[in-house]
Amino acid sequence: MIAPSRVGGPAPAVHPPEGLGASLGRLASRHPVVWRLSSLVLFFLAWEIAGRVPISYAFPTFSATLVALVSMMADGSLFVAYGSTLQPLVIGIAISGVVGVVLGIVMGLSRMAEWLAAPLFVVLQAAPMAALIPLITFVYGIGLLAKTLAVIMLALPVIVLNGYKAVRNANPSLVAMCRSFQGTKLQQIAKIIVPDASPVIFAGLRLGLAAGFIGVILAELLITPTGIGDLITYHRSVANYAEMYAAVVSIILVSTLTLAALESFETRLLRPEKRRG
Amino acid sequence: MAHLAVAEAAIPASETVVAVRGICKRYSEVEALRLIDLDFPRGKLTTLLGPSGCGKTTLLKIIAGLIAASSGEVRVNGKPVTGPGPERAFVFQDFALMPWATVMRNVAFGLELQGMGKAERQSIARNYIAEVGLTGFEDKYPHELSGGMRQRVGLARAFAVNAEVLLLDEPFSAVDEQNRRKFQEDLLRLVDKERKTFIFVTHSIEEAVYVSDRIVLLSRRPGRVSQIIEPRIDRTASPDAIRRDQGYLDTVEEIWQGLKHYVD
Ligand SMILES: Nc1ncnc2c1ncn2[C@@H]1O[C@H](COP(=O)(O)OP(=O)(O)O)[C@@H](O)[C@H]1O
Ligand SMILES: [Mg+2]
Repeated sequence: MIAPSRVGGPAPAVHPPEGLGASLGRLASRHPVVWRLSSLVLFFLAWEIAGRVPISYAFPTFSATLVALVSMMADGSLFVAYGSTLQPLVIGIAISGVVGVVLGIVMGLSRMAEWLAAPLFVVLQAAPMAALIPLITFVYGIGLLAKTLAVIMLALPVIVLNGYKAVRNANPSLVAMCRSFQGTKLQQIAKIIVPDASPVIFAGLRLGLAAGFIGVILAELLITPTGIGDLITYHRSVANYAEMYAAVVSIILVSTLTLAALESFETRLLRPEKRRG
Repeated sequence: MAHLAVAEAAIPASETVVAVRGICKRYSEVEALRLIDLDFPRGKLTTLLGPSGCGKTTLLKIIAGLIAASSGEVRVNGKPVTGPGPERAFVFQDFALMPWATVMRNVAFGLELQGMGKAERQSIARNYIAEVGLTGFEDKYPHELSGGMRQRVGLARAFAVNAEVLLLDEPFSAVDEQNRRKFQEDLLRLVDKERKTFIFVTHSIEEAVYVSDRIVLLSRRPGRVSQIIEPRIDRTASPDAIRRDQGYLDTVEEIWQGLKHYVD
C-alpha cells in the first residue's frame, strides 16, 4: 500500500485525472460497497442509453421503468400480485427447506437412506423442470397446490443433495476428535457434523430459494395466470413494456434481497467466525 | 534432584498403565503393525519413534480406541480397550479444532460433551488456557491463531478432561523450530506438574531424546518394536545445558546408528 502511493505521489501534479482515478480507486478498495454501487450505476446508465437509442420499441428506458414501478406500487397492483406469488413460494420453500435439510442429513448419515433416495433426487435435479411443470396441472389443477408443488420440485433436489454431500464429507478428523472425548452419536451429529456441514447446507438453501423463485414464476407463466407471472404476461399483452420490465425488476430485487438476508442469517447464527476478517 | 527422587519413590517403577499385547493391524493391502508388545509405565513420558509410515499414528489410535486392531489387545489399568474412554485423551496431529468455536469452547469441549455446566467447565478451561500460555485469546477463533497456538489449544483441551493417559500424535510437527523448542520445554514443565502418563509420537530423534523417559524405536513398515531406550539425562539442568549434555548427545547418536540402515 505504501510503496505504490509514493511512486504515484508526484504524478497527480502533472496528470490530475490520473490522481483522481487513483484516489477513487483507493476509496473503492477501502469500501467494497462503493464498487458494487458504481457497478449498479454503470448498469443503469447503460440501460438508460440503450432505452433511449432505442434498441427495440419494446425496450423501455431505466427511468420509464422506475416510474412504472412506483405507479404500480401506488395503485397497489404490485402488492396484490406479490400476495399471490409469495404465498406458494413461502410454503414451498419452508417445506423444501425443512424436508430437504432433514432428508439430506439422514441420507448423509445412513447408506440405506442414500441408496433409497439419492438416485431420485439426482434424476430430479437433472430433469428439465420447465417441461415437467405443466404436467402438474393434470394432477393438481391450477390452484395454490400446483404452484407450491412447482416450487418444491425445483427447490427440493438441490437442498437435499447439498445437505447429503456436506454431511458425507464432514471433516473425519473432527468426528474422531468428538469420539475420542466420548461424544455420543447424537452429540456427534449436533455438535460436529451439522455445524461443519452448515456452509454447504446453506449454499443449498440459497440455491433452493433461487430455484423456488424460478419455479413459482414458471408456474404462473405456464399454468396459473396469477401473481407476478400474470402481471408480466398481462402488461406484455397490452404492450405496457415499462410496467412489464418493472415487474421483472421487482422480482429480481425481491429474490436478491431474500438471498442476502438468508446469508447474513447464516453467518450470524451458525458460523460466527466468518463475521471477523 | 531431591524433587525427582520423591517422585520416583511415590510411583512404583513397575506399575503399568497401558499394556499392549500382540497388536497387529492390516489396512486391506497394507500391513501397518506386526505383533506389538509394549508396557507403558505410570507417570512416564514414553515416545514412539520411527520413520514416516511405520504405523506410529495407527498404534496411538488403537490405544485411544479410535480404530480397532486386527488382532491382539490393549489394556488400560487392566481393562481391555473397546473404544475411547475417559481415562485417555488424544492430541491430534492436525489439531482437530472446531473452526466455528472460540478457543474457550474448543478447550472446554471435552467437558461440554460430558454434560458439565457452562460456568464450571469454563473455569476449568480458563485454567488450562493459562497453563498453555493463551490467556487473552479465549474469544479468538482458530483461524486467528498461529499453528503453534492452535496446537496449544488442542493440548489444553486434552488436559481439561483430566485423563490419566495423554496420547500426543506429533503435536509439534506443524510448528517452526524456535517455537518447537519452547513447546518442548513447556511440555516437560506440564509433564512434571500434571503427573500423568504420556504417550508421545514423533519422528524427530532430538525431540524424542529431549522429552522422553523411554523411547520405543519402531522399525519400518510393518512396524515392530526394534529397541527400547531409556535416556539417562539430568532434567533439572537448564534446557540449553541438556542439549549440550554428553548423555543427551550420546543417546541421539545411539538412536541414529539404530535407525540409519532404514534410510539407505
Ligand atoms: N485408513 C488407512 N487406510 C489404508 N492405509 C492406511 C490408513 N491409515 C494408515 N495407512 C497406512 O498404514 C501405514 C502406517 O500409517 P501411520 O500409522 O499413519 O504411520 P505414521 O504415523 O508412523 O507415519 C502407512 O503406510 C499408511 O499408508
Ligand atoms: Mg502419523
